[in-house]
Amino acid sequence: MIKFLVHEKTDTVGVATEDIKAGQMAKGLFMDTQEPIEMKALKDISLGHKIALKDFKIGDTVLKYGHDIGKAVKDIKAGDHVHTHNLKTKRW
Amino acid sequence: MSIPKILGYRRESGKVGIRNYTIILPLDDLSNAACEAVANNIKGTMALPHPYGRLQFGEDLELFFRTLIGTGTNPNVAAVVVIGIEPEWTNRVVEGIAQCGKPVKGFSIERDGDINTIAKASRQAMAYVQWASEIQKTECSMDELYVSTKCGESDTTSGLASNPTVGNVFDKLNEMGATTCFGETSEIMGAELVCKERAATPEVGEAFMRTFNAYNDVILQNKTDDLSGSQPTKGNIRGGLTTIEEKAFGNLQKIGKKARYVGVLKPAEAPKGPGLWFMDTSSAAAEAVTLWAASGAVVHLFPTGQGNIIGNPILPVIKLSANPLTCRTMSEHIDLDVSAILRGELTLDESGDQLIDMIIRTCNGRLTAAEALGHREFVLTKLYISA
Repeated sequence: MIKFLVHEKTDTVGVATEDIKAGQMAKGLFMDTQEPIEMKALKDISLGHKIALKDFKIGDTVLKYGHDIGKAVKDIKAGDHVHTHNLKTKRW
Repeated sequence: MSIPKILGYRRESGKVGIRNYTIILPLDDLSNAACEAVANNIKGTMALPHPYGRLQFGEDLELFFRTLIGTGTNPNVAAVVVIGIEPEWTNRVVEGIAQCGKPVKGFSIERDGDINTIAKASRQAMAYVQWASEIQKTECSMDELYVSTKCGESDTTSGLASNPTVGNVFDKLNEMGATTCFGETSEIMGAELVCKERAATPEVGEAFMRTFNAYNDVILQNKTDDLSGSQPTKGNIRGGLTTIEEKAFGNLQKIGKKARYVGVLKPAEAPKGPGLWFMDTSSAAAEAVTLWAASGAVVHLFPTGQGNIIGNPILPVIKLSANPLTCRTMSEHIDLDVSAILRGELTLDESGDQLIDMIIRTCNGRLTAAEALGHREFVLTKLYISA
């Protein structure tokens, strides 16, 4: 049973399709290539929220839908919860 | 690729509709009562009451006429009775609709009163509806359809599954040579530069940016707080959306991955040929879908997350959702449940085929959820106050 989906192969975050618990090995799926992926969650990640697929340094761009959706404002580890506390738009 | 066959009504203009309405169209708010009386007298006709049509001016008046004339011209409409308080503007709508060749007649209330007008208009409506009732559907091709899309009450399941399902269908429709359209100018904020790049030519991209910037100016003039506090909304953030870009890219999934839009349309303006088009619309569901109906769309695809229940009097609205809770608790509003995508059990290509099949069934006669439930939201877009 998959726990998260990734829109495109180039994306650096996935989206939880059900609640994921910290410490859980979660199975995911790339929607464009249908390839499987596995990530160990470092934090609880609720349905609809994002999981980091790689490590980010402050200022690194986060990709979803194959596009720039903002920059890391804290260091992020693969498996972390990615949201307003560590990701901001570059616009404002 | 093979292009599916559908059953449709080929109108005088050559365009294909999938419904066969005789509508009673008020020019203005004052004529709603007479129109509703006619629709009550003559079964099988439908009145389209609305609150405007008096003392509008300038671009707002032009949009008003374009919307009423476009509504009457829509291929889902067989014939039109127009009723207005005075003859001049009534005739402008009648003459506008008559250009597409379909039967249309106007009646004005001044010097005659409601009761005589209702009697005359009822006789005409009866002749029209009996004539229309004998028109047979014929085999048409799916590429002859004009299909619009917008989403509503979106959540993270929209960006994950229901919007990209529409995108998959738009890719397939555009490959067939059909006419498709997207809009929601305000919701593109955050993805406007990517949207500009999706234009077929640099000129079309510039036209999109002019429309987008004009919208942005209106927001800047009228805002009472910083948009950064409201986009994404608090509800969006609770659901997991972090940035305005992320929200906008989720919305843009509906236009698919392949097609480039060939032109930018004013609100309620008809596309000039096949392909993907952008129309300047509000993101409010009923206003936007009314504009698409007036531009001639005959099927509308509406992905929803939390469960927007909108319909339109003349444009069948097909709803799809990937939110299992919405599909369970509001099942009567959802035509296609694509929540299996979230479980990894359905690919976007498969859900796209399911939606194509639902379009074919809708063309061939299946009532959409919104039609069966009587959702007939007819909401005119007003640009500014009347004189």
